[in-house]
Amino acid sequence: MSITKRTFIALAGATALTATFANSAAAFEPTKPIDFVIMAGAGGGADQIARFIQSVAEKKKLTVRPLVPNNKGGGSGAEALIALKGASDPDHTILVTLNSFFTTPLRQENLGIDVTTFTPVAMMGVDPFVLWVHKDSGITDFDQWVAKVKEGGYVMGGTGKGQEDSLVITWLEQNFDLDIKYIPYKGGGAVAKDLAGQQIMASVNNPAETKGFYASGDVVPLLAFSDERMPAFPDVPTVKELGKDFSYYNQRAVVGAPGMSDDAAKYYQDLFQTIYDTEEWQGYMESESLSPLWMNPEEQKEYWNTQIENHKELLAKMGE
Amino acid sequence: MEILALLTSGLLEALEPLNLLLIVIGVTLGLFIGAMPGLGSVNGVAILLPITFLVPPASAIIFLAAIYYGAMYGGAISSITLGIPGASTAVATTFDGRPLAMKGRASLALVTAAIASFVGGTVSIILFTAFAPMLASVALSFGNPEIFALMLLAFATFVGLGGDDIPKTILSICLGLVFAAVGFDEISGEPRLVFFGIPGFLHGINFLVLAIGVYGIGEMLWTIDTTRGKITTTEAKMSVKGVFADAKEGITQGWRGTSIGSFLGFFVGILPAAGATPGSLMSYGVAKLTSRDPGSYGKGNPDGVAAPEAANNSASTGSMLPMLTLGIPGSPTTAILLGGMVIWGLTPGPRLFTDEPAFVWGLIGSFYVSNFFALVINLSFIPLFIWMLRMPFTILAPMIFVLSIVGGYAATNDMHDVWLMIAFGLGAFFLRKFDYPLAPAVLAIVLGPIAEPTLRQSLLLSSGDPSIFFTRPIAGPITVIAIILILLPLFGMIRDRVRRREKPAT
Repeated sequence: MSITKRTFIALAGATALTATFANSAAAFEPTKPIDFVIMAGAGGGADQIARFIQSVAEKKKLTVRPLVPNNKGGGSGAEALIALKGASDPDHTILVTLNSFFTTPLRQENLGIDVTTFTPVAMMGVDPFVLWVHKDSGITDFDQWVAKVKEGGYVMGGTGKGQEDSLVITWLEQNFDLDIKYIPYKGGGAVAKDLAGQQIMASVNNPAETKGFYASGDVVPLLAFSDERMPAFPDVPTVKELGKDFSYYNQRAVVGAPGMSDDAAKYYQDLFQTIYDTEEWQGYMESESLSPLWMNPEEQKEYWNTQIENHKELLAKMGE
Repeated sequence: MEILALLTSGLLEALEPLNLLLIVIGVTLGLFIGAMPGLGSVNGVAILLPITFLVPPASAIIFLAAIYYGAMYGGAISSITLGIPGASTAVATTFDGRPLAMKGRASLALVTAAIASFVGGTVSIILFTAFAPMLASVALSFGNPEIFALMLLAFATFVGLGGDDIPKTILSICLGLVFAAVGFDEISGEPRLVFFGIPGFLHGINFLVLAIGVYGIGEMLWTIDTTRGKITTTEAKMSVKGVFADAKEGITQGWRGTSIGSFLGFFVGILPAAGATPGSLMSYGVAKLTSRDPGSYGKGNPDGVAAPEAANNSASTGSMLPMLTLGIPGSPTTAILLGGMVIWGLTPGPRLFTDEPAFVWGLIGSFYVSNFFALVINLSFIPLFIWMLRMPFTILAPMIFVLSIVGGYAATNDMHDVWLMIAFGLGAFFLRKFDYPLAPAVLAIVLGPIAEPTLRQSLLLSSGDPSIFFTRPIAGPITVIAIILILLPLFGMIRDRVRRREKPAT
């Protein structure tokens, strides 16, 4: 079974590869190193993904010019968005995004960034949020958790205010009538470490951020914010099973600078389609519990619009 | 006993021809990457990460760890010979390394740095081998209040030092803290102190920009101003006999700093969020604080070279510990290594030691081997570095200036930071003329981004009650020691006043 699937993926990859070469020869091909901007600092989740993508491109020699990772994590991604908006060569500038792609322009309106002007390239996958507690808390399901939080004095950690984790936790507070003390951290890794060290009582880390502690049994997943149960955690119920229509993912998408030519956009779309189909990327998605959500460029634009509306609503509820 | 068996197999793996070759290449590359101002182990490891897909994961991480190690040795070289920190971890090495070089004792400083690095590296590897799993739980027990207490202690070691003008030291720290606060407030998630709305400030001020500005450009301007270009650093001589004499002198004068750096550096290194740079700065502070002659620091005391150099090597091994056992990087470089491990299909975390013993022990074995080769290769290159110093100052000065600019750009790839660095250099020159100590500002910009969020997170946790820093079992004693250290000079001043008042009376 796995062999056939692999062969199929390899074949698909090979076809896409030939397609890329055929197209690029006729239309666009990078003439200088590609500025591969990352919307986060070195070492974070988005950075790991970007470097993984770069390694696949390098290993398979998919680009004639190298992808050069360029970390611009400042201002919750504002720095990266400004860099893309003002890119001197839009045809050689692409960006790896997370959800701050939506939230940062909404929260910092003075930046004057309209993300709908950016060029869709590829949706490499989405990273679902999961509610975690420490095993020593003795909590094994969501109902127990709600009861525990209602006792008061409950402390949770997450990324900075107005960012993904805080939106999810605010949603929990509002929908289950909870009162949680929220401690903002610099990144998901620090949150995961402090949950394992019981400095905080629960977190909503992405699975990749806490999988080491999950494997060792230190932390226990209670609830998934995905649409369907996650293959890695088949016993963990989703929010939808609780009768609430809500799911929340961090997007792992690649976008091009505003004003990128159509030929260049086509080149990058084909390139990332090829990377997406490689065995390496598929394996990475599985090991890091990313969910596939492949979309064509039009669907991506559509997705952006719904996400902007969703985030507007979530931020409004938070009082931002 | 089990550990010894595992270690032996690890050492054997590290000595396999391919791995041994990678270690030698890695250490040599790292040495030069570290010696280039601005380029540090972070850049070296990030740039060379893709190359490692050609070899098996164990060899790949051995190669990258060798670069990391080599860079820790190499950082000292430009700190000593040129006065520009070769890497962020070697900032503290300039404090005494540069004055030694100016006195024509560059070879003593370089040899001391190499030996201290070797001792620091070796001590930390032994600690790592023996106590890795136990220390992982220590790292976990350090929450925000504990880390803040530790940062307070680091500041205290700098303020509490007698000798320097205390109001000026505090002003310098405050300047550094303001620079550290520029960019983004991670607690509120809002940008802050983005001067004139210039986007370059959004990513904050990289402390290498400040450090190179202060030590590269500011220091060079000051040297030109005070000597009018008639400086001679050409007295440095080098011979095999000299190396042994220097080694002897370095060991006798630097053993105290080396031992402080080896242990303190390791301990700071294993704490996630800290890393080698705070470790080396703190070790310098503690070495000076506990010295019988603190006044000789900053004027060319070999102990002041040994402490930070032992510490940065020790901390770099230490910071591997949370990376391997918790999956949490202890320094920017280990963050990249962590990404690499994910790419190679390994899961760093509590199960790595049991799931991948060959990988882990191969890596630990390679630490021993890398450390040995780093010492040998470093010592053999010292004559080359000394030769650089024989260049006339009229050639050396422009070279330092160019290297500073390149280094400032390499740190963030942003021209904005180059201009900022030049501005810092000019500012530092004037502050220096008015006798302001600048090291505290550099310390503050390193520790500020760790101290500020942990302070605020702790206070959020306690609903604003500062007693959280005193009541927790680990944070409490550290805070108390820090406060005593801060108040020490105050006691000293009062004592002096009282004595002066008593004198006329008698």
